Amino acid sequence: MKNILGIWVNGRWREDAVADNALLLDYLRDGLGLTGTKQGCDGGECGACTVLVDGEPRLACSTLAHSVAGRRVETVESLASDGNLSRLQRAFHEHLGTQCGFCTPGMLMAAEALLRKNPKPDRAAIRAALAGNLCRCTGYVKIIESVEAAANAGVAA
Amino acid sequence: MNAPDRRIAVVKTAKEPHGVGARLPFVDGVEKVTGTARYTADMPAANALVGMLLRSPYAHAELLEVDISEAVATPGVRAVITGDACDMPFGVIPIAQNEFPLARDKVRYIGDPIAAVAAVDEATARLAISRIRLRVRELPAYFTAAAARQPGAVLLHDNKPDNIERQVHNEFGDTQAGFAAAELVREETYECAEVHHAMMEPNAALAAWDNERGHLTLWSVTQVPYYVHLTLARCLKMEAAHIRVIKPFVGGGFGHRTESLNFEVICALLARAANGTVRLLQTREETFLSHRGRPESHIRIKLGLTRDGRLTACDAEVVQRGGAYGGYGLVTILYSGALLNGLYDIPAVKYDGYRVYANTPACGAMRGHGTVNIRFAFESLLDSMAAELGLDPFEVRRRNLLQSPTETINGLIITSYGLPDCLDWVESASGWRERKGKLGRGKGLGMACSHFVSGSAKPVHWSGEPHAVIILKLDFDAAVTILTGASDIGQGSSTIITQVVAEVLGIGYHRIRIVANDSAITPKDNGSYSSRVTFMVGNAAADAAENLKRILVASAARRLKVDESEVVWLGEAAAVSGDPERQIPFAEIAEEALVGTGTLTVKGTFTCPPEFQGGKHRGAAVGSSMGFSYTAQAVEVSVDMDLGTVTVDKVWAAIDCGFALNPMSVEGQVQGAVWMGMGQAISEETVYENGRHMAANLLDYRVPTIVESPDIEVHIVESIDPNGPFGAKEASEGPLSGFMSALAAAVEDATGHRFTALPITPLRVFDALHPRGNKKPPPTAKQGDA
Ligand code: FES
Ligand code: FES
Repeated sequence: MKNILGIWVNGRWREDAVADNALLLDYLRDGLGLTGTKQGCDGGECGACTVLVDGEPRLACSTLAHSVAGRRVETVESLASDGNLSRLQRAFHEHLGTQCGFCTPGMLMAAEALLRKNPKPDRAAIRAALAGNLCRCTGYVKIIESVEAAANAGVAA
Repeated sequence: MNAPDRRIAVVKTAKEPHGVGARLPFVDGVEKVTGTARYTADMPAANALVGMLLRSPYAHAELLEVDISEAVATPGVRAVITGDACDMPFGVIPIAQNEFPLARDKVRYIGDPIAAVAAVDEATARLAISRIRLRVRELPAYFTAAAARQPGAVLLHDNKPDNIERQVHNEFGDTQAGFAAAELVREETYECAEVHHAMMEPNAALAAWDNERGHLTLWSVTQVPYYVHLTLARCLKMEAAHIRVIKPFVGGGFGHRTESLNFEVICALLARAANGTVRLLQTREETFLSHRGRPESHIRIKLGLTRDGRLTACDAEVVQRGGAYGGYGLVTILYSGALLNGLYDIPAVKYDGYRVYANTPACGAMRGHGTVNIRFAFESLLDSMAAELGLDPFEVRRRNLLQSPTETINGLIITSYGLPDCLDWVESASGWRERKGKLGRGKGLGMACSHFVSGSAKPVHWSGEPHAVIILKLDFDAAVTILTGASDIGQGSSTIITQVVAEVLGIGYHRIRIVANDSAITPKDNGSYSSRVTFMVGNAAADAAENLKRILVASAARRLKVDESEVVWLGEAAAVSGDPERQIPFAEIAEEALVGTGTLTVKGTFTCPPEFQGGKHRGAAVGSSMGFSYTAQAVEVSVDMDLGTVTVDKVWAAIDCGFALNPMSVEGQVQGAVWMGMGQAISEETVYENGRHMAANLLDYRVPTIVESPDIEVHIVESIDPNGPFGAKEASEGPLSGFMSALAAAVEDATGHRFTALPITPLRVFDALHPRGNKKPPPTAKQGDA
């Protein structure tokens, strides 16, 4: 069964016919072509699918699309503005917080939620905020450094 | 031999270019942080059919019947295929091809693909899969190497008696004499659990069949696109010329994707059977079942030392549970023996290796291929023996250093050796002398060394081609396009290649573009494995850039109307020697270069000379390389004496990577490798119950999270290898294999107990510290209440 889903995605109001059992992840990737959000596991294990719902990090693979009707969903595609990378994006790029890049969208969104709440997080806070996001390439060292660099780069994005 | 001249002088303009040695962010990093990087599952495929597999629920069985009639009749199903679709076995090693994309006659592990469906949507595919009926005769199944080797065991593959895929027996030097000369001889056994790559991108393939032309295009997650290309040609019985293989962005590999994997072939078979395009996404569970990880290993090792710590002999036996198919197995078992050498000076080494088939998913290449578990055993025993002799762990290693250049007893050629400097840095950075043994109960320090090849000197397919080829295209737009078949899987090869070209030509990055991994466009590359790309493709890139530069200098001379010897090459311009005002910009030089010839394509190659390709003995090619990386590392841990939890507080790792073409990237590789070693050391292991994978997800398979991951401080030692590009060697595999023994030593420092089995889980630590029955507790352990 499909029903109309009214939802904010990356700052734009949308109304789409979406199956009742569709996951937010599949709606974003297959329905809207927003393939920046990744699927790294069979559900709830890796954090690659992290998006923001009303500013809170949320696993899109474990969220029904209709359960966030009317809410504000943000994906990695929304971070850059006016063609400029966000502070976090720039930091991850320049400090090699991304190697293969597959965990990166989820990391960025989880880190974005953190910096909005806590603009100057210490390492423990960074670790706590990214605890549900696995990365297999970096050993996390440069991910932590990237988040720190973004936090030190000035006002919140 | 065509290593570039390091004295090459490039006059640099104010801000750029900044070629080799620069901490350049990845050239494809912007795509990764903006989410525009497309991985295989992201490729637009609106009309693609959904592919799905039926996998064996039996660990070992004869397939009597696979009845697909109901599945075929399901509305919305476009193709159902079984083992009948392909009768050509495949496998990465040409002499050991014994795997079919879909099982024929027999299944050999729980998860072995039996049939595949292409349907209009996922629900239909799932329904069709559920309608396939199997009739089988179950066979005895073996889940350990020991069980599979028992007399009378049913053979997994008829041509391999005792289920032994490959045994290796060799001796270099006189080990008997070596042990006779030793003043301390010790023998110990070590056990290493099987581990898996768990790269973050699950497996995926997209295949498009063009029925009109009989052409196939496949997008896949591969590390070695040309293997996939050849495997498709073989299994689909097609001309290679009718196939195109494209590797989009890839989310890690670590060896999982070195071999062609069954799902890639199945996806292509489905597309042809359905006359259309098929997308085959693998679940995380299926990705675990494709496996190809590091095998469960039983290691017995004996070392001889003189009183002052000189190694006199080594005798090692390694038994690996290889799983159900050959894959890379024979290379893995050879590596374990070959790379006993090349780290220290050992006068005599005897090695016996057994690769055994069992009814578990096939093992294969994983970061540090074949060298990791044996290094754990060797370093652990060396440490224990040094302690017995009252020698410091750093000291015993210093007494056994190689003198480079040298050739080891098994024919490995060592041309650069920065291990001594690595040891010095780690010792001082970790505060070893002041802190070792003095951190108090529950805290400890340990160290170890390791090494790895910079590319296998002999490729898998020895076709007489160069080891690496790079093409540069210069066109009317004065842009330089690099065409490469080297697979960037996150390790940053595209960035390194770009830096080398920018350095040699002295031009800005804005002028350079890199196009990689499309068999219709880019030259063949041997692939991203054995840490070969920086060394081999780096050299080919330097060669190509030199060749282009020669043409450009000649063109500049023509334009400037001077002799070539009078041209001063400025990269973005050229000037006349002694008359710096007489200059022409790059665009004009390029224009001149195209006169009478049009678009320029210039090639560069690299070939590894035969003298580096190993000794004369059987299997000698494995382990041979033109350059070895060296790592020393120290690990600091805290052990919860009540719970048994091991926490890694800090790691200091020094790597001799020859020359850091990109120091930031070297740091990232070393950190990633050390950290992956940490996973194997403390938490990761596949678990099978009666052949069923009990940890085929990222919760039960315990990859360390950011919370339990330490700071890893990296120091780069530059030994400037005479043959590497600008002196560079590998940096991403060697650092892994030292971690486990360094951690085991640190845990011993903290608890008084030396662990010889991996992973060192809280349960193992708890049991050791709180022994039951009348076993005496280790001296430093607190008495538990058990
Ligand atoms: S895809 Fe892994 S947690 Fe959502
Ligand atoms: S960068 Fe590859 S998984 Fe994080």
